[in-house]
Amino acid sequence: MEKQYIDLYKTHHSLIKQHAAPVMNESRDASFALFEKLGFPTTKLENYKYTDLKEVLSLDYGLNVRRLDFPVDPYQAFKCDVPGIQSYLYFVVNDAFYPEYNEQNAELPKEVIVCSLKEAAEKYPDLVAKYYGRLSTQKQDGLVAFNGAFAQDGFFMYVPKNVQLDRPVQLVNIMRADVDFMANAHNLIILEEGAKAQLLVCDHTVDDVRFVSNRVTEVFVAENATYEHYKLENTHIKTTNLSTLLIEQQASSNVLGNVITLHNGLTRNSIEIALNGENCETELCGMVIADKKQQVDNFTSVLHNMPNCHSNELFKYVLDDVSKGAFTGSLYVAKDAQKTRAYQTNRNILLNRTAKMRTKPQLEIYADDVKCSHGATIGQLDEQAMFYMRTRGIPYEEARLLLMFAFTADVIDNIRIPALADRMKMLVEKRLRGELSKCEGCTICQ
Amino acid sequence: MLEIKNLHASINGKEILKGLSLSVKPGEIHAIMGPNGSGKSTLSSVITGNPAFEVTQGSVVFEGKDLQEMAPEERANEGIFLSFQYPVEIPGVSMVNFMRTAINEQRKYRELPPISATDFLRIMREKKALVEMDNKLTNRSVNEGFSGGEKKRNEIFQMAMLEPKLAILDETDSGLDIDALRIVAHGVNKLKSPENATIVITHYQRLLEYIIPDYVHVLHDGRIVKSGGKELALELEARGYDWIKQEVAV
Ligand SMILES: Nc1ncnc2c1ncn2[C@@H]1O[C@H](COP(=O)(O)OP(=O)(O)OP(=O)(O)O)[C@@H](O)[C@H]1O
Ligand SMILES: [Mg+2]
Repeated sequence: MEKQYIDLYKTHHSLIKQHAAPVMNESRDASFALFEKLGFPTTKLENYKYTDLKEVLSLDYGLNVRRLDFPVDPYQAFKCDVPGIQSYLYFVVNDAFYPEYNEQNAELPKEVIVCSLKEAAEKYPDLVAKYYGRLSTQKQDGLVAFNGAFAQDGFFMYVPKNVQLDRPVQLVNIMRADVDFMANAHNLIILEEGAKAQLLVCDHTVDDVRFVSNRVTEVFVAENATYEHYKLENTHIKTTNLSTLLIEQQASSNVLGNVITLHNGLTRNSIEIALNGENCETELCGMVIADKKQQVDNFTSVLHNMPNCHSNELFKYVLDDVSKGAFTGSLYVAKDAQKTRAYQTNRNILLNRTAKMRTKPQLEIYADDVKCSHGATIGQLDEQAMFYMRTRGIPYEEARLLLMFAFTADVIDNIRIPALADRMKMLVEKRLRGELSKCEGCTICQ
Repeated sequence: MLEIKNLHASINGKEILKGLSLSVKPGEIHAIMGPNGSGKSTLSSVITGNPAFEVTQGSVVFEGKDLQEMAPEERANEGIFLSFQYPVEIPGVSMVNFMRTAINEQRKYRELPPISATDFLRIMREKKALVEMDNKLTNRSVNEGFSGGEKKRNEIFQMAMLEPKLAILDETDSGLDIDALRIVAHGVNKLKSPENATIVITHYQRLLEYIIPDYVHVLHDGRIVKSGGKELALELEARGYDWIKQEVAV
């Protein structure tokens, strides 16, 4: 399985490097060596035991090592403008950033940088070198190592000290290819002291082929900075999204992560948030609505390395048909991280007997003065509530829908952009009704 | 309006109703009394179509239609309403959304267009006033965190919104204070008409001072063992059920 990629790298590593930002090449050989050693993760590993990647990764995928242009104009084709949400809008097609001019984006404060990682590395080599790979190269993870070896570009955002963005930055990832295709991208997001930014990442697919995307995103949130990361997956059943989100928080920073999977084939989100300063606030939420053969695995870890931080996790799944869900809530509290408050909740509804959910809290607490709690439930829709609603004339299907919608409401309540929350309510309702929840005016999602 | 004949019903294989017959005509008020566990709530569950219960024998016909063929929501939209003995909490579903959905489903069933926002708000306001329900309650999730009495009042509010032909009030009086009891009874009486009927399940004569029944039935061990006029309720209040149990045993 790994062999074709190992051969590919050995034959073409100079080509890969030639088309990549130099800063990315510095750790490339080391990443490759690590990948050679680790291979792709298997279910034998504790952290991957719920999701078998073998089937999807053993297929053949094209890689665009030469980075040829794809014939698509995302601005034309894509109007996922989440109506009402004014955003700075950018596209990444496979792994290529689209820097085209657009009116909204022209209003981006001058001191803020949003561009491709490659461009950033060329124009601001010191800035990029200071952060690139600082978190990802520490990971003993086959997917991250693979990304380090093969990723050539990605999305870059830099918000300097005390600059607070007035509206969200929206990043639309589009997968587009004529043959089964794999894209590796490395995103780098830097918020300096007191900065504020909201990023909305939307994953979409265009073509009816198999896609694998393997993305690593590193986020650095400095003191007193506020960062919100929303991710909405709305792709097709032949898509495998492997995503690693690594966030480092400094003192008194505030981070919200909210990852929502509506449509996809196989999803693996590895999210790690390291609280490296005191008084950090962290809210991490997620919602999964899955049916058919969808598989969604959210692997989260929150590392309380410093005292007086507060983290809260809330993940909710609604699983139908033969879909499979997995959630891991790993919590680490270092010995000196006193007065930590860390809470974790995972609630799941299985709509039938064939859907499966695995949930696992993983707590390692070395401090003694802490408040931690975790809870997980797996259940069905409340029969009594169903009957109650039906006696009011509400049909079975509608009653079910109301209950499912109610179940997911608190994850949506954790969206701090009102227009996005409204939009998400609509998308979730459509999804629960089994309608395609493609974005309004969007001509390209399937 | 409602014809129940020789009804047998069971839950988890255990027979609860054992040959119950009851006939209710438009305009009538029937009171059903009986000891705990005699099957009163089971009867209301079976009439409204709770899937947990299985009808093994007999028939329930509402306005000429066999209810056993109908889903709970169809029965509701035909005009049957149950005020639950234990109303269910539904976190995350707002009262407003719940009520609007129910009203619109009823309208859809009658081939009417959805209710306009202004009409809906006006009716909500009227019916809240009728049962003197606090605005705060309708802004919350259905029954979530409501007190026992508030839940009961909410049942009558929903009844007022849906204007059923047949209302079954299962111990709506329990948990209500004296003032609330009067308000709820007043609400029920306001909704009375020669076309609709009410079945009042209660343990206490008190409610029947406000809602005056045409008939009083005693349910015991899954059967109606005695029927009479409103004076039967007074007698039960004075003498309890033992004398009836003995009569039945003989
Ligand atoms: N899910 C169930 N499984 C087994 N038995 C049940 C179940 N539900 C009800 N029963 C039994 O059915 C019988 C009738 O119950 P029901 O609730 O109809 O009584 P009731 O007359 O309404 O009593 P109360 O006055 O206390 O409200 C009781 O013996 C009760 O224990
Ligand atoms: Mg009862």
